[in-house]
Amino acid sequence: MSEYILELKNITKIFSGGPALDDVDFSLKYGEVHSIIGENGAGKSTLIKIITGVYSLTSGKIIYEDKDTVWSSPIESINKGIAAIYQEPAIFPDLNIAENIFMGHQAYNKYTRKISWRSLYKKTDNLMKELNIDLNPKQKIRTLSLAERQMVEIAKALSIKSKIIIMDEPTSALSISESEKLFEIIAQLKNSGVSVIFISHRIEDIFRVTDRLTVLRDGKCIGTKDIEEVTKDDLIQMMVGRKVDNLYPKIEAEIKEEILSVKNLSKKGAFKDVNFSLHEGEILGLYGLIGSGRTELAKAIFGMDPYDSGEVFLEGQKLNRLTPSQAIENGIAYIPENRDEEGIILGMNLVSNISLPILRKISKFTWLDSEAEKELTNKFVDILEIKASGIDQKVMNLSGGNKQKVSLAKWLATKTKIFIFDEPTKGIDVGAKASVHRFISELAVKGNCVLMISSDLPEIIGMSDNILIMHEGLVTGFFSRAEANQEKILEAALSNINKTNGNTNG
Amino acid sequence: MMDMVKKNNRFKSVFSRWETMLFLIFIIFNILMSFTTPYYLNAQSILDMTFIFMEKGLVALIMTLIIITGNIDLSVASTMSLSSVVMAVSFQSGINIWVSVLLGMLAGTFCGFLNGFIITRLSLPSMIITLATFSFYRGISYVILGDKAVSGFTEKFTYLGQGYIGSTKIPFPLVVFIVLAIVFSLVLHKTFMGRMIYAIGWNENSCFASGIPVKKIKLILFTLSGFISSFAAMFLTARIGNTRPNLATGFELEIITIVILGGVMISGGIGTMPGVIISIFLIGTIRYGLGLNNIPGQIMLIISGALLILSILINNIVKNFSKLKPLRQ
Repeated sequence: MSEYILELKNITKIFSGGPALDDVDFSLKYGEVHSIIGENGAGKSTLIKIITGVYSLTSGKIIYEDKDTVWSSPIESINKGIAAIYQEPAIFPDLNIAENIFMGHQAYNKYTRKISWRSLYKKTDNLMKELNIDLNPKQKIRTLSLAERQMVEIAKALSIKSKIIIMDEPTSALSISESEKLFEIIAQLKNSGVSVIFISHRIEDIFRVTDRLTVLRDGKCIGTKDIEEVTKDDLIQMMVGRKVDNLYPKIEAEIKEEILSVKNLSKKGAFKDVNFSLHEGEILGLYGLIGSGRTELAKAIFGMDPYDSGEVFLEGQKLNRLTPSQAIENGIAYIPENRDEEGIILGMNLVSNISLPILRKISKFTWLDSEAEKELTNKFVDILEIKASGIDQKVMNLSGGNKQKVSLAKWLATKTKIFIFDEPTKGIDVGAKASVHRFISELAVKGNCVLMISSDLPEIIGMSDNILIMHEGLVTGFFSRAEANQEKILEAALSNINKTNGNTNG
Repeated sequence: MMDMVKKNNRFKSVFSRWETMLFLIFIIFNILMSFTTPYYLNAQSILDMTFIFMEKGLVALIMTLIIITGNIDLSVASTMSLSSVVMAVSFQSGINIWVSVLLGMLAGTFCGFLNGFIITRLSLPSMIITLATFSFYRGISYVILGDKAVSGFTEKFTYLGQGYIGSTKIPFPLVVFIVLAIVFSLVLHKTFMGRMIYAIGWNENSCFASGIPVKKIKLILFTLSGFISSFAAMFLTARIGNTRPNLATGFELEIITIVILGGVMISGGIGTMPGVIISIFLIGTIRYGLGLNNIPGQIMLIISGALLILSILINNIVKNFSKLKPLRQ
């Protein structure tokens, strides 16, 4: 028996558009965590789909447990022990944990065909113990957090005796503590001999869990390395193919007078007594775990979800509760975390998306001015280096990073002075990340102010002039760039010990 | 070489457009029909046939805008009935016919406004609300008029639905329709309002977050729908010369059928005014052709149902086989 449970040799996959994978080698040892990394479009998904049998090979060879294998269907690969867990698990929300885990392979009485519930719950209990998860098997999936749902998926994979578990971006929607829990479970899986293929854009996570990693770029295998052999910078260079000088290109900007200030802002069930102020040239980082009320706060300031009490001042003038269109009039823009649902219009082209907030102004009387729209679009496509086949391309066909740039571009034509970014680089690749960061930094230098919400700690520390931390709706910390470090921020984000001295700024 | 490819693509994309397909079906149908009866290709009867479907055509124009925003108005026919009844009752009680018409149209416009108000204020789905007002408005018509009918309108009023322009043989309603069709096409395809209508159909949340007055636009469209419906109701009443509470029964589904057949996506965001206009004329000529061939009107129901299924099938086949752009947004 070789040391590898799975080996892929000279895998090539050609789609009508061209090769998606070109002569890729990949190997997975028994009981190892192996990361596949690469920018969006590097071929990670294609490789996973080949491993799970969703795609057939154009050429190459799959060796699974020392045997040449050709998957006839994805179901065959599942039955042979390869399970994939996706970012947002496909689960039946109104059934309970045990029912979900054993969906499709419940034990039942041979004659009456009645499900033997007792053994079902007992088996689930055992699985939970094995994974160290503290959940009641009878709990409905609907009541679980995303992180807990992923754990249910892992339990499900174990229930069918999976030997390989593929995790596609499992941590992108999780908070730090949830991710930690997931890493513990991954360590347990490893100990029991299960191999894990781990895909993530978060380089910190990769260093946290991985034994070996394979880098893909433009459908080619750049190399497979032990994690000890590489540094973060090596990794980024391998992924991007050029040296990314700096992932957080923060330019020092002069911080001038106060533009926006928020006093005792409260919204029931979301946030309470929030105070902060935002200055010209400042990037204020807002860090908090999911459920800390940070997104609700941003939406309240922008007018998407009104706040209950408190005051917002713009350049000293008190603002009434705004609607988004009034907020835009007042120079506030919100670039949402939930980009596809709230930021851009997937079915429309770049022109229509970018001109949307100023459509009325760019029109002559009531008539659309297509020349002016084109000019505007071309300008921002150039400035933000948006990669598209043309300005007529529908936004749904762009990559995540480019979608994010479109979501940003539409505000640059407005007279926006206050930019609120909610998770500006979530789920986008390293190259795009650096350019979004550079752009945010330039916005501040030009005298705008930026409120940047993020759960990416290095991003918060790397980009912010001042950092505001929220926990369960309360401000629990405020640090200047000089005094901030990971430990302090995490401590404030996980508890509310600091809340008394946390609400003044500047 | 590149130019050739481009030209080829443009050629293909014109042919993959639903409007083109629809227009071809329209032409082919007319050629076939002209063989079945010598009376078909008669300029005057072709012009005269437009009398019978202009009312639906008018309402289809505003319905197109509403469906493109991802909404629907099921109450249009009931609104037509109610505004016609209000007009007739006013006229019967001795009010001047044109003042009565105004009252009828006010009633219809208010019906539309009420739809829009409930939908936008309470954030409820238009499908449910207009399904409720569909029976509500019709019910009020029955309460007002019972099982009676009102007729005996003045000749000046019946001109609306039966008259010709001056001494020519061009029907008055056709001219009104053409003018409104041009206005609606310009609004949808050339103004920022039209762009916003498409955008709302794709993604209401993103529009709201981009400062588009989503609720205001919806309110305007539903109010306009009431207005156009009552406007069409006057033409219909004038054409048939009397009013009953069951006026225009079933029109809402025929109108929605016309719009969908015209290439408008029921989920919103996709569709064009020219497509719907061709569809209006196609359905109209089918009815006319069948009538000339002595095929009873009920058969029309079967045909429009079949056509709707067929249209969606063809649309899918065209899209799948040529792998070209879907309908223009």
